[in-house]
Amino acid sequence: MMEATKVLDAKGLACPMPIVRTKKAMEELNSGDVLEIHATDKGSKSDLTAWVKSGGHTMLKEAEEGDVFKFWIQKA
Amino acid sequence: MSTKKKTTIVLFSGEYDKAMAAYIIANGAAAYDHEVTIFHTFWGLNALRKAEHVPVKKGFMEKLFGKMMPRGADKMGLSNMNYLGMGPKMIKDVIKKHNAMPLPQLVEMAQELDVKLTACTMTMDLLGLQKEELLDGIEYGGVAAYIGDAEDGNVSLFI
Repeated sequence: MMEATKVLDAKGLACPMPIVRTKKAMEELNSGDVLEIHATDKGSKSDLTAWVKSGGHTMLKEAEEGDVFKFWIQKA
Repeated sequence: MSTKKKTTIVLFSGEYDKAMAAYIIANGAAAYDHEVTIFHTFWGLNALRKAEHVPVKKGFMEKLFGKMMPRGADKMGLSNMNYLGMGPKMIKDVIKKHNAMPLPQLVEMAQELDVKLTACTMTMDLLGLQKEELLDGIEYGGVAAYIGDAEDGNVSLFI
């Protein structure tokens, strides 16, 4: 299990907030750091996958726990 | 020249739902680190109006236009199911229920994310809107300003 440098709670937030918060959180991290995101927006999987790809970051892991989608993103 | 990608949106429509779509896309593009411009023309200018009455000198037609158009993002009607203002009330309830962002906050967030909000000066004249009536911190321009932003843009939309 990778160590997250930071955890972003985006639960309950609707589009476009999860991605806006993710961008802000990533700005505070260094290259190689891992951001863990918890979201409930059903679009967050597609949104974050596309955003990570565009920014050149790496999606290390995704998980679903009940209604909560979890993502671990490593900053490029 | 910057290496950032660009998103440019023309907001022509003056309805709450259409403006909401434009501003969600703009904020999303800003999260993609794009340089984002929303060019407001015709009815879209009303999204930039201050909610309070601003006393400015106007002719009869300009005054009439000012009264007939929504004063600010929150006062806009819906493009569908407006039902004399019931629709917007219902939409705002479901926006709250689903924890989505109401339009005025989307506009605020766009400004925080450095989205360039431009007001079309030619249509401002037509509709009798003056700078004092529009939000602070926005830009003013015409088609050349828009094309200047859009010609090397990656995403361009007309809403």
